[in-house]
Amino acid sequence: MTDETLLKTPLYDMHVAAGGKMVPFAGYAMPVQYPLGIMKEHEFCRAKAGLFDVSHMGQCYIHSKDGSDPAAAIEKIMPGALQVLKPGKMRYTLLLNDEGGIEDDLMVTRTHEPEGTLYVVVNAACKDKDYDILEEKLGDLITVEPLEDRALIALQGPKAEEVLAALAPEAAELGFMEATAITLEGVVCWVSRSGYTGEDGYEISVPESEAEALCKRLLASDDVEWIGLGARDSLRLEVGLCLSGHDFDASVTPVAANVTFAIGKKRREAGDFVGADRILKELADGASSSRVGILPAGRAPAREGTIIADMDGNEIGKITSGGFGPTFGGPVAMGYVPKAYTEVGTDVQLLIRGKAHPAKVASTPFVEQRYKRKQVS
Amino acid sequence: MLKFTEEHEWLEVEGEIATVGITDYAQNALGDVVFVELPEVGAAYEKGDEVAVVESVKAASEVYAPLAGEIVEVNEALEGEPGLVNSAALDAGWFFKIKIADAGELDDMMDETAYAEFIEGLD
Repeated sequence: MTDETLLKTPLYDMHVAAGGKMVPFAGYAMPVQYPLGIMKEHEFCRAKAGLFDVSHMGQCYIHSKDGSDPAAAIEKIMPGALQVLKPGKMRYTLLLNDEGGIEDDLMVTRTHEPEGTLYVVVNAACKDKDYDILEEKLGDLITVEPLEDRALIALQGPKAEEVLAALAPEAAELGFMEATAITLEGVVCWVSRSGYTGEDGYEISVPESEAEALCKRLLASDDVEWIGLGARDSLRLEVGLCLSGHDFDASVTPVAANVTFAIGKKRREAGDFVGADRILKELADGASSSRVGILPAGRAPAREGTIIADMDGNEIGKITSGGFGPTFGGPVAMGYVPKAYTEVGTDVQLLIRGKAHPAKVASTPFVEQRYKRKQVS
Repeated sequence: MLKFTEEHEWLEVEGEIATVGITDYAQNALGDVVFVELPEVGAAYEKGDEVAVVESVKAASEVYAPLAGEIVEVNEALEGEPGLVNSAALDAGWFFKIKIADAGELDDMMDETAYAEFIEGLD
């Protein structure tokens, strides 16, 4: 794919002006890093506030066609408790295929629209596929309205609240996984308290024509820097969050991918979603192989595709995400191992460039998540 | 005598021993180095053999032997402080010392001025 055929987000010119190193990603030209570099960007986000352009991700509304709850329709192919979402509440869920495999992960938010319309964000690499699946499976019940004219930015880190509250004090009142419309610099934005770095922070959906001005205003703070895809990946890896298409794909269930928190309790009892037979069986018996954290004992990073072997050198699985964790201060990874090896502390070996390196199965996250949950009184 | 290769390695030649590292241009392109896999002392390589690996936060990159020879010493400081490759690419960030098998292989390499022109043409 040549540069000319890559899509550009509304913030492309800003990235180039900021010295962003643009690379192809999911069909878009995206900044992998800025002059600060991946390591410092990563550390800056954990210390202050990082600004991310995630406009390549798919934003859409899901409307009901007949006045019934659109969440009831999508629950057929998503195992999360979505019908119970009240306006302004959101949830991480999974798009399943008929075999219970994970086509993608996504965020579903109930808007304040009287029809119960949902605001949904899906992965950039999967958006066309996801929209096609929704249309094909549920087209008689719902309408998917892609929001092509909106940018999406994320402000993540311990200073995110202070920075955004300086523009709109009500931003501080949102709890983790809540969303609402907030006017920022005279523009109505859809703001959620969420993200994918393990830090407190926000995702802000803003009309594309206003995105640059809002980013400039946020970057005017000394506590805010652009963060590229490189640090975005190391940030999410350290806190044990999955990358769609890597840490799971259409062949594995939520049980194997170890994301069963995304299956609602009542949904398990009802078993009223596609692939429920296989998923409920794996919930009861365990998956034959599943995703675990892997901690290399040495300093060599174990990248995606690295073979995991038992202590006799027999291949037992593969690393699905791995690299250096700047905050952790060493290499961290995730991968799939058979049931007998999933216990934390189990010794395994990583075959890096033909040499066996010792490692252990570890619990995730490697670095503590610091979300601002509202106190339940 | 300081020599450079098109693979962005530098060689400081003293007698029959060359100290080898990667250039400032290379470390800058790689980004923050977090791990260096060094060869074994005593191992022999042909020119172009994969002799070391540099891992940045982003990715792993191979370092190829700039000439044939035997490894006589490796920079063990890189084990604890791989960032030396970034902060001191041309001195404390050296990788290994190699006993030159065929000094004639140095003739094809660039001097400092030629290398500066070479990287000028890349950007």
